[in-house]
Formats: sequence, structure tokens, C-alpha cells
Amino acid sequence: MDEQYKTTVDAQQTPVIEPGHTFATVTEKISAIVLTRPASNGWFLGFGIAFLATMMMLYAIGYLFLKGIGIWGSTIPIGWGFAIINFVWWIGIGHAGTLISAILLLLRQSWRNSINRFAEAMTLFAVACAGIFPAIHVGRPWLAYWLFPYPNTMRVWPQFRSPLMWDVFAVSTYATISALFWFIGLVPDMATLRDRAAHPAARLIYGALSMGWRGSARHWHRYETAYLLLAGLATPLVLSVHTVVSFDFAIGIVPGWHTTIFPPYFVAGAIYSGFAMVLMLAIPIRKIYGLEDFITERHLQNSAKVMLATGLIVAYGYGIEAFMGWYSGDRYDAFTLWNRLHGPYAIPYWSLLICNIFIPQVLWIRKLRTSPVALFLVSGVILVGMWLERFVIVVVSLHRDFLTSSWGMYYPTRWDWMTYIGTIGMFLAAIFLFVRLLPMISIFEMRTLLPEAEVKE
Amino acid sequence: MKRERIYGMMAEFDSAQALIDAAKRTHGAGYQKLDAYSPFPIEGLAEEIGFHHDEVPLVVLIGGIVGGLAGYLMQYWMSAVDYPLNVGGKPPHSWPAFIVITFEMTILFAGISAVFGMLALNGLPMPYHPVFNVPRFALASKDRFFLIVFSSDPKYDPAGTRNFLEGLAPRSISEVPS
Repeated sequence: MDEQYKTTVDAQQTPVIEPGHTFATVTEKISAIVLTRPASNGWFLGFGIAFLATMMMLYAIGYLFLKGIGIWGSTIPIGWGFAIINFVWWIGIGHAGTLISAILLLLRQSWRNSINRFAEAMTLFAVACAGIFPAIHVGRPWLAYWLFPYPNTMRVWPQFRSPLMWDVFAVSTYATISALFWFIGLVPDMATLRDRAAHPAARLIYGALSMGWRGSARHWHRYETAYLLLAGLATPLVLSVHTVVSFDFAIGIVPGWHTTIFPPYFVAGAIYSGFAMVLMLAIPIRKIYGLEDFITERHLQNSAKVMLATGLIVAYGYGIEAFMGWYSGDRYDAFTLWNRLHGPYAIPYWSLLICNIFIPQVLWIRKLRTSPVALFLVSGVILVGMWLERFVIVVVSLHRDFLTSSWGMYYPTRWDWMTYIGTIGMFLAAIFLFVRLLPMISIFEMRTLLPEAEVKE
Repeated sequence: MKRERIYGMMAEFDSAQALIDAAKRTHGAGYQKLDAYSPFPIEGLAEEIGFHHDEVPLVVLIGGIVGGLAGYLMQYWMSAVDYPLNVGGKPPHSWPAFIVITFEMTILFAGISAVFGMLALNGLPMPYHPVFNVPRFALASKDRFFLIVFSSDPKYDPAGTRNFLEGLAPRSISEVPS
């Protein structure tokens, strides 16, 4: 019955790999992008712009180290500003990579095999961008290592009851596990590149990275066990990371933050923005590198459906926030709701509702869900919307809390913008390097999807 | 003397199905020390060559338990034993607040154990291995499937094993120098 179900479902859907591919063609096609394809002028231009933006970020951070965080717009009462907005935005984007590589593996969604590699790369680079912000926000960034519990002459230990400490552990664990998961997935493909590479230096480097992988049945068996267990560990981990990020807000008593809806609504928002980033990267990459055979309409459709679902959870979160603002009877919560709708930051709030709730509903239309251009545009809108959401959460709650005497306004400076845009540059520069140096689609996992990989006992 | 210089006899196959059938017949014929190589994981292949004990889950379990205990005890010792500090009137041993870091440390240690445990049990990294002496073995990472009978197998003899492997209709047979 299972078999029959599979064929009927497959008949209706676009396949995960276009028919006609063999082990050899899949191997050649993916490894050729790294090994033989020359870098185009477009690549140099794109990488060059991204690299310049990275330099701009380093300049902004260098000036920050020289002058202190007074150059930023964050000031009392809005002490968090861009640093925390961007931190939450970036770490949320990373979550889709882990969802694709771990959760969809456990759910046996074989379509993940063609997008998990670069989605995991996206996770790593996004976490790297996220990690910059809290570190440079601490005021004396050269002392950021005080966050870790290490034996020191002051004899005092970190404050483990603080959600900010939980964050340190959650994010550093997340970065470590994501890097390991990604690297271990690359090992068999490094062996493929080692055996294909013509240049001795490439053979040496890929050979070292493959660690002598030879595809032994015993090795594969342990490998698959370890990979599955890592997926099982990464699944609760990824849910915990954005939960802990939401605790940074929810544990505080600031109106608009102190609510139990935050953890699920943050996790859904993270996956929402992450899939938007996956599509914004996948759509141009599949076009430029001719990978439409491997990243098919099915992948675009499925990602669009995940965005629709998580977008509705996010919409529910907004609804509950508004409802509780009224239903709680708490005058400060009620004022926060009023202030969002009518206060000085009403434009960002209404824009985020349009970007995150209204515009993405066009994905119900099948034609738009399968159109790369429409999906690319909707994904861009969602990324802007999710950034605005974090802006509203951080700034609107802080700028007018309990005492009218301590109200204030937040105006980001050009240093804020240079740092933020610079991290986008750093992220893109890393992606540009990644697609040229490593196989962006998992070759061995693609082989398992081919009909010739099936065996009977 | 000759037996020591030869690592084994290797047969090359075209498909995953051919490899799994060949592995089954070779193991069934009484060969104990064999291995199979494929460009992707094949379900059931490890069992066919007589591999049944995968210790990775145990390593991960131990790693997770150690990580969880280390995480909790670290927070307990630092907050309640070494330097108790009254923060917001909360007790020094405020266990609910310690759960998050305990959880993260469990995952961290279990994940690190999974990766490094798997590599250690597989004997990786291993820069040199005799199977790479066979030029055709480069295809094992592309689209070919290999079966090897090690010369350390008690039933191994150069002519007899070659004859047996030829009966499996392989694409090629090579002697692997060590």
C-alpha cells in the first residue's frame, strides 16, 4: 500500500530530480561547478560588491571600538536598538537551514536532499552575522569573553539565572552543532571531489578534508547512525534556540514583551524568514548554475507552503498579542497596543502587518507559488517584514514603558546602518565563496534519490 | 611472504544490487573478512558483510549524560557552592533557571560525541589506505561498487578467491597491494 501511495503521489507532483539522471551525471554536474567551471565576471562583480560591504562593516566596527557605542542610535530608554534587532533577525534566518537538514530528515522528506547543503551553509553564515551583534553591543567588546564561565582572578561566576546567559549557551551550542552537522555532511562529497580534481593542490585540500573517506559499508553504517542522531539532537536544539532568544524579551516585565506566546511565535517567525532567505538564494543560484534539474518546481512549491503555514502562525501571534493587550486589562499592555497602532512608530507596525500577513497570502495561488520571480519578490517582502517585526518588538516596547517621564525616541545612525548592511555583505560574500569552493548540493544524498539506488533484499 | 604484501582481492560491480548480492554470496561462502565500498549508503549492506555492532548510539548516550551532568553541576557549584550570590532574592540553588543551560550542554556534548565518536570508530582521518592503490577505486566515489576479500581471511588464497569472485560476474578484478 505504501508503494502504491508513493506512486500516486509522485505522479501528481513534479519530481525531486528531473528524469534521465544517473549516478555519473549527478556527480559530474555538481562537482563540475566547483572543479571545472571558470568564475564568471558576474561572480567577481557580485563577490566584489559583497566584499566591499564587508569592509564597510569592519570600518564601522573599527570606529565603534575607537569611540564606543555612543556612535549608535541606541540610548536610554532604547538600550537595545539595531544590535538586538539584527541579532534576532539573523539568527532567525539561520533556523530554516537546520529545519531543512534535521527536521525534514527525520520526517523522511526526501526533497530536502537537494537544498540541505546550501541551507546549512546559510545557517552557519547567518549565525556568524548574528554573533557579531551581541559581542559588539556589550560596550567593551574586548571583554566579551567574560560571558563564559572560566576560572578568573575576580573569583565571581556568570549569573546563570539570566536569560542572556542562556542565550550565550544556546547560540554557541547552535553554532557548534550546525558547523559539525554541515562538515560531516560534506565528508563523502569531499572524497568525490578528491577523486575528480585535476589540480594537485585541489586534490590535497579536498583529500585532507575528506579525511581518507573511502565509502566502506561499515563506515556508512556508523555515518548514517551518527547523522540521524545529530538530526535528532539538532531538532530540539533549533526549537530551543529561538525559544531562548524570545526569553531575552519574555522574562523581562516590559509591556509587550512579558508574554508566554513569545517562544512558539518566535520559532515560527524564524522559520518563516529563514525559508524566505532560502528561496532568495536558491532561485538565482539554480538559474545561474543551471540546477533546475535538481532544485525543481517542487522545492519552490514546498518552501512556499512552509512559508504560508509559518506565516499564519506568526499572524496568530500578532492576533493574540493584540487580544491580550485588550483582554489582560493591564493598562500598560493596552497602551503598548495603542502605541503600536497609532504611536510614532505606527508606520513600521502597519508595514510589518502588510509584509508578513497580507502580501504572502498571494502564495495560495498555485501559479504564483510556482513562479520563481513571484516567489523571489514575496520572499524579499517577508524578509523586510520580519526585520520590521523585530524593530517593533525592540523599539516600540522600550520607547514608552511605565513612566512618561522616561519616554524617548530611537533614531538609528549611519553607523547602525553601515554595520547592518555590512553584515548582509559578509553573508553574501561567504555564500559567493561557498558556491565556488564546495559542492552546494549534497552529491551522495542526491545519488540515493535515483531509481538505480534502490535495492531488494 | 607473498601473502603479507597483498592486502586483498577486489571486485568491481556496476550497481548497488549487484554489490549487495555479491556481498551476500561471498559472506555465505564462508569468507569472514570482507568489506564493501559504495558511493552512497546502501541499506542492509553492512549486515551482509557481517557488521552488526554499531557503538555510535552508546557513545552519544554517554556524551549526552556527561554533558547534562556537567552543565547542571557546573551551575550548581558556581552559584551555590563556590560563590553564592543573592540575585533578586532567588535561592542560590535555583534549579528551574538552570534547566536551559543543562539542556544546551546535553545537546552540545551528545552532538560532539556523535561526530567524533563516529570518526574515531571509523578510524578516520586516515591519510593512507591500501584500497587507493587500485586506480579504478577512484570510481567508488562516483558510480561504481567494490567488494574486497582481505588477505587476512583464513579462506583467502590468491587463485581460489579470484576464481570465486569471477563467478560473481564482476566488471573487473584487481589484486590490492598493501
